[in-house]
Amino acid sequence: MTTPVTKTIIRLHEEHHSLEDYQGGVPRWCSGCGDNAILAAVQRLCRDEDLAPERTVFVSGIGCSSRFPHYMKTYGFHGIHGRAFPIAEGIKMARPDLSVFVNTGDGDCCSIGAAHWIHAIRYNMNMTVILHDNHVYGLTKKQASPTSPIGFKSNTTPRGAVLEALNPLTVTLGVQNASFVAQGVDWIPDLLYDIIARAYRHRGFSFVRIIQRCPEFLPKMFEPWLHDPGRTLLLTHANGLTPSAETSRIYKNQREHDPLDINTAREIASAEDPIPVGILYQNPEIPCYEDLRGAGAPRTAERTRIGLEAEFDKVTIWPDEAPAQPRVA
Amino acid sequence: MTDAALLDRPSKPASDGSGKPATVLTEHIVEVISDSGEGAQRCGQSLGAIAARSGNGIWTVEIIPAEIQPPARSVAGASGIRIRIGQKKVTNGGDETDLVVAFNEQVLLGRVRAGELKRGATILLESMWREHKDPQIAGSYVEAVKSLIDSGFRVIEVPLERECRALMTDARRGKNMFVLGMLCSIYSLDMTLARDQVARIFGKKDEKVIATNVRLLEAGFTWAEANLDFKYAIPAEKQKEPQIVVNGNTAIALGVLASGMDICAMYPITPATSASHYLSDVFERVGGMVHQAEDEIAACAFAIGASYAGRCAVTITSGPGYSLKQEGIGLAVMAEVPLVVVNVQRGGPSTGQPTKVEQGDLLTAVYGSHGDAPKVVLATSDIEDCFYSMITARKIAETFNMVVVVLSDASLATAQAPFPRPQFSEDWLAPPLDQTPVPAGAKPYDWDPVTGIAHRFIPGQPGGMHTLTGLAHDRMSKVAYDPAINEEGLRARSLKLAALQKALKTPAVHGDPEGDLLVIGWGSTQGVIEEAVDRARADGLKVSSLHLRFIQPMPSGIREILRRFRKVMTVESNWSDRREDELIDEDNRRYSALALMLRSRFLVDIDCWSEARGQPIKPGDVVAAMRAKLNEGTPS
Repeated sequence: MTTPVTKTIIRLHEEHHSLEDYQGGVPRWCSGCGDNAILAAVQRLCRDEDLAPERTVFVSGIGCSSRFPHYMKTYGFHGIHGRAFPIAEGIKMARPDLSVFVNTGDGDCCSIGAAHWIHAIRYNMNMTVILHDNHVYGLTKKQASPTSPIGFKSNTTPRGAVLEALNPLTVTLGVQNASFVAQGVDWIPDLLYDIIARAYRHRGFSFVRIIQRCPEFLPKMFEPWLHDPGRTLLLTHANGLTPSAETSRIYKNQREHDPLDINTAREIASAEDPIPVGILYQNPEIPCYEDLRGAGAPRTAERTRIGLEAEFDKVTIWPDEAPAQPRVA
Repeated sequence: MTDAALLDRPSKPASDGSGKPATVLTEHIVEVISDSGEGAQRCGQSLGAIAARSGNGIWTVEIIPAEIQPPARSVAGASGIRIRIGQKKVTNGGDETDLVVAFNEQVLLGRVRAGELKRGATILLESMWREHKDPQIAGSYVEAVKSLIDSGFRVIEVPLERECRALMTDARRGKNMFVLGMLCSIYSLDMTLARDQVARIFGKKDEKVIATNVRLLEAGFTWAEANLDFKYAIPAEKQKEPQIVVNGNTAIALGVLASGMDICAMYPITPATSASHYLSDVFERVGGMVHQAEDEIAACAFAIGASYAGRCAVTITSGPGYSLKQEGIGLAVMAEVPLVVVNVQRGGPSTGQPTKVEQGDLLTAVYGSHGDAPKVVLATSDIEDCFYSMITARKIAETFNMVVVVLSDASLATAQAPFPRPQFSEDWLAPPLDQTPVPAGAKPYDWDPVTGIAHRFIPGQPGGMHTLTGLAHDRMSKVAYDPAINEEGLRARSLKLAALQKALKTPAVHGDPEGDLLVIGWGSTQGVIEEAVDRARADGLKVSSLHLRFIQPMPSGIREILRRFRKVMTVESNWSDRREDELIDEDNRRYSALALMLRSRFLVDIDCWSEARGQPIKPGDVVAAMRAKLNEGTPS
């Protein structure tokens, strides 16, 4: 049977989404905040991938970046500090049919939620994780975060941070079952989009660290990198990013890197200047926890009854007596 | 009670027996005590199962040292089990032990010093230590036997090891089945049932193992028939319907299975973990899964995520884990995500007494998490209730979009007693996942003005997109700092408790509806308290009891019940300041948890009697406490 043309047009209209379909509330981030660039890239991705808003969930913890879900017009879960990962894991285990994204900041992921981060890598559940790394606590007004540079003067480190910054890339690449690790910067929007898109298309725990500016508390931090494209190392490969001619014209410092090569990925991740941008590692072979654990298995009343009766049989005494009357719980 | 129960008349010889007359008892308490790893618990559980299958009422209490392998022959290392066998249904572990089988004198002394043996109790003691090559051990044994006899115990030395060695090279591992055979002789139990029980417990091993253990069983039986001058019979009054025998934690796991929940997120902790062990074994067969999270916080958050996505989940823990989950529980309260949290209480605070019973977490359960975080709290009163509470909890959680805390404790966790085999009903299960489009204009938090209930939208429902948040929010789930909106949310979340409360039945009074003293309890003490009330009433005291299953919200009608009694007192396994302490007076006394809650709600001078010894409360002690309360002040 042929479908009437009007019906097809209506369906096309319903099934294909525009940017507006993903735009929620007006962002309350500071102007110049890197979160705005990430939001724009993600909304573009949702439109280009034609994600059904009702089947997409953005999960976050607490912090400036964790406001992200409020600015999407999908389902969202703005959770508690550090716990975005386990919340997202529960969602994915219960509903593997949903597209799950996690937005987390450097405090949320690398400090209070560090234990969950390590284990989330190991679970390798199919979700796209964006680490909004602005190197500072913003919502609580300028305290040093684990990724703050040594010497950074903040309200809790008035004479300068004394510890070396934590490197989220090397940490992630050091955990068993890491399956996708990439890095982007908020000031190169095209690459930011490409990287997040690659992450979304990877089946597994796709970890994208985005170095972003905080105009309020670390205003000059990345100025040198902005003014000198040579301090950005663009990672290219047929299995990774293939930058446009225009991008390549500006970012000439490029290195061909096969994302399957974890040892080189670790070496690149360890070097922080120039900032590597691109896909560091991707291994599509690592199984996802939700698949290993049979997520989405059908649960029927009959299956429950059979399972329960079998368990009761094992512990029943005097099975020959007349059964009890059903009890209402 | 067991003293009075010992009827002084011989009955007809037991069927399997030698013709030795058996003394008929209404009930008896027996303990098997050994070093860890000698199988006393398996022996006792088997005895309980055989007695239960004979139709007797039973209650088993495990005696668990805190360490996996405590030093051998140590007073603190006593590992074992108590089995209370009765003609009728048995609801608790009772008072002191009538008969003990001990594998060495040191573990036995542990029980004697804890006051767990009845005066003049019979002790069957492994005799091998008498000839031990280490003179210190032999000396200690001889001295202990002498002092036990001097204290009035009847000590019978039994060559367990020597008898078993004839049948098995590693005699230490076979003693428990030999003892089981002895106990079958002593209690006139059917050896056909006993052989069948041995086959069941070794069912996964080969025939040779079963045959060896049956030989040990029979040897123990024969030895007791030939060498002991006493024998008991506890005639059974068999129940009319099929029964199942499981412990409280298994009942919780079965309840999870029956409730239709399909995700349990947990982190290992004593004494809750065995519920998750059982669930891990069976859950996947029905389409569920147990997630062992990286920590307690993650377990709670994982369960919240699953519930949010439309599959109500449970997280099972004990005290310290419960503390760690507080922030997550607050999130579920604020965002109105259904969640079932089981807390199998243990001694606290901090690491406390991991293997011991205490009802110390009631106030944390009711008032825990910062801010006003109303949640439902129900306490399981017995093993059967552990099963049904899980079904009830899931239903309430999903009907009201609330957190439901189920409190069990270490005594129910390992106690075994038969209860009627549940008859499966599809009503127990969760409704199918709602993926229907949300009507235009519907709001994610459309709080009902009367009940406070809102119908939440589940991911996948077209038109229901919103961002759930732990921040204060309005009906659209938009973050809101408006004073009126904040109060609107607080009001709605609080009203849900009232809405549930209207549906709860007033609990029934055990005993007369009026009298001199009402004892109120909650949780695992129901059997103990009701037995104590029955004993006191038999002695002519005008006492009754009330047991609360729902503590938050508290059902209506309690105020009227309180009015009909001259005095009211709670009985709880937790700390309350002792009036005899010099500094304690009415201005500073800290009351037990339930007493505190009842006093504040009903403005009635409700007293409490509590102990936190890490042991189940004994009915005899409750009777004494009731007498003391009745005699307090001017006699009426």
